[in-house]
Amino acid sequence: MSRLKGWKEIPIGGLILEAGNAEEYQTGTWRTYRPVWDEGKCIHCLFCWIYCPDSAIIVEGGKMKGIDLEHCKGCGICAQECPPKVKAIEMALESKLQSEKGE
Amino acid sequence: MGKIVALTGNDAAGTAMIQIRPDVVAAFPITPQTELMHKFAEAVADGDVDTEFVSVESEHSAMSAAIGASAAGARVMTATSANGFALMWEVVYIAASYRLPIVMTLVNRALSGPINIHCDHSDSMGGRDAGWIQIHSENSQEVYDNLIQGVKIAENRDVLLPVMVTSDGFILSHTLERMEILDNQGVQDFVGENHPQHTLLDVDHPVTFGPLDLPDYYFEHKRQQVLAMEQAKGAILEVGREFKKLSGRDYWLFEEYQMEGAERAIVALGSTAGTVKETVDALREKGEKVGLIKLRVFRPFPKEELIEALKGIKVLAVFDRSHSFGGFGGPLFSEIRSALYGSDLSLQVLNYIYGLGGRNISLKEIEWVYSDLKEVIETGKVRERINYLGVRG
Repeated sequence: MSRLKGWKEIPIGGLILEAGNAEEYQTGTWRTYRPVWDEGKCIHCLFCWIYCPDSAIIVEGGKMKGIDLEHCKGCGICAQECPPKVKAIEMALESKLQSEKGE
Repeated sequence: MGKIVALTGNDAAGTAMIQIRPDVVAAFPITPQTELMHKFAEAVADGDVDTEFVSVESEHSAMSAAIGASAAGARVMTATSANGFALMWEVVYIAASYRLPIVMTLVNRALSGPINIHCDHSDSMGGRDAGWIQIHSENSQEVYDNLIQGVKIAENRDVLLPVMVTSDGFILSHTLERMEILDNQGVQDFVGENHPQHTLLDVDHPVTFGPLDLPDYYFEHKRQQVLAMEQAKGAILEVGREFKKLSGRDYWLFEEYQMEGAERAIVALGSTAGTVKETVDALREKGEKVGLIKLRVFRPFPKEELIEALKGIKVLAVFDRSHSFGGFGGPLFSEIRSALYGSDLSLQVLNYIYGLGGRNISLKEIEWVYSDLKEVIETGKVRERINYLGVRG
């Protein structure tokens, strides 16, 4: 988490001076399971985008483009809501993926 | 210059508040503070001040209302005692953590039980780690002066911390005393207007107070509070100098009384310092080398300055009007001995716990303490490190 700021760089008293700052909070580190998206299977129905309780499904021009892993907490709702015949999102153990990729 | 009047400590604090004219005051009655707020509420009812006076249902609500109003940009004051302060507890920490310059009079009273309404310092000492600046007063004059200075200290941009001004319950709060008050305009000009940088009501610059602060940032905010306390020392001195120009009265981190050439000294807080001064005068007339340090600012604790002032002292008695049960002596003793450890000084330090629950302390008893100290110098031995002064055997 190298982007965390030091005590001299932040407003005093925990004040938040700008709106819309939740985006800066990297909640992706909470994740135990990571959604893995298969672009080839995806039919762009955007059910995942509708159901995502965060705003972690990236959509551009009406098409699913991927998952914002800095904010996705790994709840698995997207994988659950992805139509059974499509199954374009599967949940995989974060720790396993990280050790495989050396992240 | 000022006007000579006879006021009790509570009236003195109430008068200071009336002259400061805070935007918001939220308070709940508790002995021995109650009269203080009577005085102020009367001024509100009479239209002498345009303060928004919030009569709340508990001290927890008093401090909560004070926090909300202060975050909204108001200049806020309150007052309480003992159990009332204890009921504020969790919000007392929040006031300091949100960096809100609230000024509160704490009329010292024993934190029961068994139930007791008289003076000791168990209430303010309990709050010593809450992040509030703590300024102690020897008499009603100092209660009045410290409150007026407290507003400027709290609101200093390098500080932004709440300030607690103490007044010994009954001993000061209900005792009539000759003192000098400033004129209203003088006080108004001195405290000036409050211009907080970030407020909830500034819709052009929206701000969030009190967000969730998890392990990734909480520690950083605590570190900022450490710096604010360090900077408070400078602000206290600066405000003291300005106040002298207005009042002619001197205020520093502590007062050194007959410390020149002294070999034995007492450190005390609050009204007891006045009693010690009497004793010092009497002993000095007999040629005894005794002195007093009256600690005014307990938080931030003036460690370096105290070490400097204690050069030449062979034996020191620290007076604690509260105890830290199971600890090594009272809170002031622990603090002072800890400050001295590792310094170049090698004086003996003894602790005297006294005055719990309003037990009087006499000139005679203070004289005994100075003779105890003499014995330590003569024999090189300390019979008892922690002593209980005035408790029946």
